[in-house]
Amino acid sequence: MAGDAALVTQVVEQFGRDRGRLMDIARALHAKLGCLTEDTIGDVADALGMRRVQVRDMVSFYAFFSRRPKGKTVIRLCDAVPERMKGAEEVARAFEEALGIKVGETTPDGAITIEHAPCIGLSDQAPGALIGATPVTNLTPADAPKIVQALQDGKDIATLPQAEVDLNLRKPGPVIFAPMERGTAIRAAVNRKPEEVIAEMNKSRLRGRGGAGFPTAMKWDFCRKAKGNARYLICNADEGEPGTFKDRVILTECPDLLFEGMTVAGYALGAKEGLLYLRGEYEYLLPHLDQVLAKRRHLGLLGKNIVGCEGFDFDIRIQLGAGAYICGEESALIESLEGKRGAPRDRPPFPVQKGYKNQPTSVNNVETLCCAARVLEMGGDWFAAMGTRDSTGTKLLSVSGDCKHPGVYELEYGITVEKLLEMVGAEDAQAVQVGGPSGQCVAPKDFGRSISFEDLPTGGSIIVFGPKRDLLECMRQFIEFFVEESCGWCVPCRVGTTILSKQLAKILDGRGTRADVQEMEKVANTVKTMSRCGLGQTAANPILSTLRSFPGLYEARLKKDDFVPPFDLKAALAEGCAITGKQPVLED
Amino acid sequence: MSQDTVNIIIDGVEIQATAGQTILEAADAAGMYIPRLCHHPDLPPGGHCRVCTVKVNGRPASSCTFPVSEGLVIENDTDEINAQRRRIIEMLFVEGNHYCPSCEAGGNCELQALGYRLGMLAPTLPYLRVKRELDATHKDVYIDRDRCVLCGRCVRASSVVDKKDAFGFENRGIKKRLSVDAVHGLGETAVSAADKAAQVCPTGCLTVKRVGYATPVGRRKYDKTPIGAEIEKKTAKV
Repeated sequence: MAGDAALVTQVVEQFGRDRGRLMDIARALHAKLGCLTEDTIGDVADALGMRRVQVRDMVSFYAFFSRRPKGKTVIRLCDAVPERMKGAEEVARAFEEALGIKVGETTPDGAITIEHAPCIGLSDQAPGALIGATPVTNLTPADAPKIVQALQDGKDIATLPQAEVDLNLRKPGPVIFAPMERGTAIRAAVNRKPEEVIAEMNKSRLRGRGGAGFPTAMKWDFCRKAKGNARYLICNADEGEPGTFKDRVILTECPDLLFEGMTVAGYALGAKEGLLYLRGEYEYLLPHLDQVLAKRRHLGLLGKNIVGCEGFDFDIRIQLGAGAYICGEESALIESLEGKRGAPRDRPPFPVQKGYKNQPTSVNNVETLCCAARVLEMGGDWFAAMGTRDSTGTKLLSVSGDCKHPGVYELEYGITVEKLLEMVGAEDAQAVQVGGPSGQCVAPKDFGRSISFEDLPTGGSIIVFGPKRDLLECMRQFIEFFVEESCGWCVPCRVGTTILSKQLAKILDGRGTRADVQEMEKVANTVKTMSRCGLGQTAANPILSTLRSFPGLYEARLKKDDFVPPFDLKAALAEGCAITGKQPVLED
Repeated sequence: MSQDTVNIIIDGVEIQATAGQTILEAADAAGMYIPRLCHHPDLPPGGHCRVCTVKVNGRPASSCTFPVSEGLVIENDTDEINAQRRRIIEMLFVEGNHYCPSCEAGGNCELQALGYRLGMLAPTLPYLRVKRELDATHKDVYIDRDRCVLCGRCVRASSVVDKKDAFGFENRGIKKRLSVDAVHGLGETAVSAADKAAQVCPTGCLTVKRVGYATPVGRRKYDKTPIGAEIEKKTAKV
């Protein structure tokens, strides 16, 4: 299509014919054309001097890019576990009914497509959905026809009553949500040498808030000392763990604190460029974030000679993602930033040695960088006085599921699960998922354990399961999530997650035996031990942790037989029997 | 001892390696076989299959990508690791559709040979029965994706050796597939049967036409010696 080729050339020019900006190029074209067909892929490849197969490789990876035409408006209905607990399936059915199509289909007039999406960061006001880039929340089946009508009337979705995102900040704490005057932390930093900034960070004993808990000062130190032509700071705002939404609240409520922390990190690392990788689901936050950045440039807090400090140049670019949980893994995030499929890298080398554009790179979580700004303002000792010995400071917890007060809580590390449940109004919980699907399913006997790196680490996702929940069914949905989000690079995760979903489904269907459970546990261990990155290494956790904490739930569903075939023979033959009108003679 | 030499221990045996080598390369040079599938000595490592996983100072890591350094203690040939490797090979057998008895690659197939070497018997995992496309559009080479293990050897060979970038991947997760630089099929690409990419497939996925079954049963690569024997032979001279 000649018309599209001209558009492709224009967009490619707009991004400086830079292959590394393929994500932006693809996003811009997708927004204009509604999909990226083989023709468009070929045009992009030609314009960038790439191979068609390389562009297709990248485009086909991300959930937000479609290679077939979709409706003008795409409604993404979140089907994460916390949303299903609040009736997401009924809402999906109501949309299907209102539109006369199934999820995954487009209306015949090409106006609307409905599809499922994994967690979109609204679990505290579930069920939620994205209409285009606009979030709608607290949906009920009755909302579906109203929203459809509004779309058909050509109304602006942002004006609908459902298009409201509550802050749900239940408990602000002293680190993230206390006020700070712009520039305070940066001034505190530039009054010292970069090494002294890192030393102050070291005093705070701050550890990465994404969940892995690597000491931030050490990461910065490695990165600063690594050989390279340039250094980069990347802020990971790709929070995709189902049940997490703390970054949404930070980015809405205190983006200045984050940018302050990024600038401090830039100074400490000797980086000129900071990149904020914002998950595609949070596109609606972008205009506000861009405004804040512009304001900071105007105030001399970004750009050249920041706060008057000669030679301290640093600026921030925001990169939007396109729907891939794996890009929260730091090396996959870097690949994605470079305009490639979000497949993680093998380590070593680590990103601090060879990261973005093969240069030393520090990738830090949104919350970590906010903490860093506060450490510079208040001092490392002030920070280290909070929390526990190995987990200093506070942690943002995103609480969802069966509780009275879902939302974000900033709490000192060391709080027990029991205390937390009391606070959120969920004393009757049957289990708590600490750290989302990749974390641990904690049983009541362990509610005395504490949220901390040394006991129960978490990136922030806390999903409460009330007494009536089918816990194993929730675990099955978690495994489904990993099947969908596995990048497919390595065998144990790509194949293992699908096998686990089949094995678990057989048991939940009531056709599993003791041998099936043992076999499933072996596969789970292989996925955990042999996978290439953190996604695969934690993908079996829903099964492994419930086998440990809730063995009785499995036991109750097992058949007494030694062997049950993987499929139901009678059901498999049913169609043939109906056609032939004959019944096979089965040995029972 | 030169500065470039580092000492590492594999399964209790101290060996000398050269700085810059991977663990897998160092083990090969010492005549110690670490099972592997996606790795090919003429290509950069891919890290896809994870069969070459060893424990490095107690932690699992792929030996094809992990650089040697002084004092590394490596576990390779243990029951625990071999059981994990066997399960990965089993996963590949149920992910694809591997009809060994009639496959041209039989006897020369590295997947099949690893199954034998690692002691895979009856399949214990559920078959996935995925639908995959066959591409016979090229006059000399065909792709049977049923037999593809997504090792990426052809992708790397076409890029690094042939300089054609004729192969890549598409989609993600269990839907990931081998993809070619064309709209309709391999026939539209610059690939030739003489390309490195057409020579390195470990299974019968990327196969040169009209040369199948040339070697009689009994004289095929792995008919009499297991995979890895060619590396282990080197120990004899030490």
